[in-house]
Amino acid sequence: MLRQMEGSAAVAEAVVACRPEVVCAYPISPQTHIVEGISDLVRAGELERCEYVTVESEFAAMSVCIGASAAGARAYTATASQGLLFMAEALYNAAGLGLPIVMTLANRAIGPPINIWNDHSDSMSQRDSGWIQLYAETNQEAVDLHVQAFKIAERLSLPVMVCMDGFVLTHAFEQIDVPERAAVDAFLPPFEPAQALDPADPMTIGAMVGPEAFAEVKYLAHAKQMQALDTIPEVAAEFEAAFGRPSGGLARGYRIEDAETVVVALGSVLGTIEDTIDAMREDGVAIGALALKSFRPFPLEEVRAALQGAKRVLVLEKALAVGVGGIVAANVRMALSGLSLHGYTAIAGLGGRPITGPSLRGLFDDAVADRLEPLTFLDMDWERVEAELKRLAAGGRSGAHAENILREVGVVAGRSH
Amino acid sequence: MSAGQRIRYYQVGTNAVGNRLLDPEERTVQARTDRSNAITSGHRACRGCGEALGARYVLDAAMRASEGKLVAANATGCLEVFSTPFPESSWQLPWIHSVFGNAPAVASGIAAAQRAKGREDVRVIGQGGDGGTVDIGFGCLSGMFERNDDVLYVCYDNEAYMNTGVQRSGATPPAARTANTKPIGDHPGNQFGQGKDVPRIAMAHGIPYVATGTVAEPHDLERKVETAMGMRGARYLHVFVPCPLGWGSASQDTIKLARLVKETGLFPVFEAVDGEVTEVSKIRRRTPVEEYLKPQRRYAHLFGEHGHPEIVERLQAMADRNIEEYGL
Repeated sequence: MLRQMEGSAAVAEAVVACRPEVVCAYPISPQTHIVEGISDLVRAGELERCEYVTVESEFAAMSVCIGASAAGARAYTATASQGLLFMAEALYNAAGLGLPIVMTLANRAIGPPINIWNDHSDSMSQRDSGWIQLYAETNQEAVDLHVQAFKIAERLSLPVMVCMDGFVLTHAFEQIDVPERAAVDAFLPPFEPAQALDPADPMTIGAMVGPEAFAEVKYLAHAKQMQALDTIPEVAAEFEAAFGRPSGGLARGYRIEDAETVVVALGSVLGTIEDTIDAMREDGVAIGALALKSFRPFPLEEVRAALQGAKRVLVLEKALAVGVGGIVAANVRMALSGLSLHGYTAIAGLGGRPITGPSLRGLFDDAVADRLEPLTFLDMDWERVEAELKRLAAGGRSGAHAENILREVGVVAGRSH
Repeated sequence: MSAGQRIRYYQVGTNAVGNRLLDPEERTVQARTDRSNAITSGHRACRGCGEALGARYVLDAAMRASEGKLVAANATGCLEVFSTPFPESSWQLPWIHSVFGNAPAVASGIAAAQRAKGREDVRVIGQGGDGGTVDIGFGCLSGMFERNDDVLYVCYDNEAYMNTGVQRSGATPPAARTANTKPIGDHPGNQFGQGKDVPRIAMAHGIPYVATGTVAEPHDLERKVETAMGMRGARYLHVFVPCPLGWGSASQDTIKLARLVKETGLFPVFEAVDGEVTEVSKIRRRTPVEEYLKPQRRYAHLFGEHGHPEIVERLQAMADRNIEEYGL
């Protein structure tokens, strides 16, 4: 049933429908509405046999999930940004121990400068933690991906991170169909752990491994992610059969069949990208998009198959690998080995800067005309950047760029160095 | 070990009670043929390791109290490393090691899972060394206390980071030499400070049970474990475990040093219920701190021709203050 509701509220209901036994979270914007929603539902008795644990940090939140999952309970948490970094050590541990924890990541920028708005620098920073990373394009997909995530996680004994754009999705109200509890019960069987801390059958989890077997253990983690390349589409197909709508999977093309120019992106920005493509198609431009749904594992074959007929590919991403440029782009290029096509990277939407239709139209026009530099920054205020670089070159004290720039803008009063 | 095999266990030394003189029911868990050997033989601990001994006393007593339904979460550290060299494990109970600083939170998660599953018969223990407890795991420990999670957390305190090569921790006593508090120049070992008295901090959380003990007194230690296991909620046990490697003491002196630290007053042995001290172990034969300090090379710079008698005096004053404060 379609209801007009906030994305976070819908995700909270979807998670509760999956019957987690232990939910543990620490507050951080923009994840808060999700875990508050789950807390309300647990307190209202909507979910029997669920322990909701409020902890003192994200590191503890992930650690409680590790203990709960290792003891055989379905475990869930949510975080964003700095919170994801703070749990990083436990994040790797959860993946390495093969614990099928599901986590919502309300994508948000990483500081400094501290910034609560959306981009993908948080999830991208943990792309190699061993977690599966799925990206939602809409709130409907965010809801659906959570239902699929528990199934994927438990089938593979791997943790799954469902990434949804902070504020853009989490705080947006739109029509969403949250799957009925009974339908989810039929889709998602109770959690039967592959391993559990059980006094009836004692086992040691987390032993020390030296050079004699460490590489093999790491390879097996890779092999499991490769296995996920089969499991993710399988579960997406099962979901479509059960709920009657396509959601998730590895990647999805949009008007891509005859496209000479393909824009690759992930998350909610695809909506604006697709609108722009529609407009350009009306003008006769052969342009399409490839939406990445799974970033880890990275679907190399699907990406190659989707792009091999194109003349050029433009990767638009909401994260910046300082010192090199694109993160998604580097992965896309791995899929294109031996193919000869123009490759462009556009860094956009950092720290919540809006990615508008007109800006995308300009960017795509430049791409189609091969006028782009290999690395482009969408809507960058170059005047501001040049001024700060000039000031630095003149031997001014470096200080914090953020404060210096804000002084230039006139937001912060005070001395300019 | 077969159930019928006789275990000979002689506890010797000043004022100790030999098990063979006691009724079978009053003997320690360690002296019983049916002890669980939760951490079994063959591990890689150093000769004379106080932590291995402490863990065995505590876990076997906890296994007995929980009728074998016990799960353990372990911090990174010596105890974890020497017990699980791949592909071997000394653990005869379900055991998990996650990372260094999260053992109390992992234990909380295991406890939450038991509640969710209605398995209140399964009990949970968290454990780590002093580094994992008073330093890097302290946030998680305090959170676990504050929520009053149903976990018994045990700190095996050997007063430094032994696993990484004997560096100073928040539990390292003043004047002690560690790898990064060497008595070089005018710096006579670790500095004097207020210390981080985690048993007192645990009491300040108002948790149901806090106790300290040493490996020199297995009867006392086992009784405290049993008391703790008879309660629900967050409980904390701080066990003093000498480290021959890190302290530069003789392997055969582990029990002697654990006894002396109590007899000098440097380590108060007590228990507290709901944040109030309810019982203290009295000193039997009051002993000057020198007797405890001298057998340890980590204090060698305090004695001899270039010694620091004024520092020994300050350490004696600390012991005297404990004796007065706790009524030892």
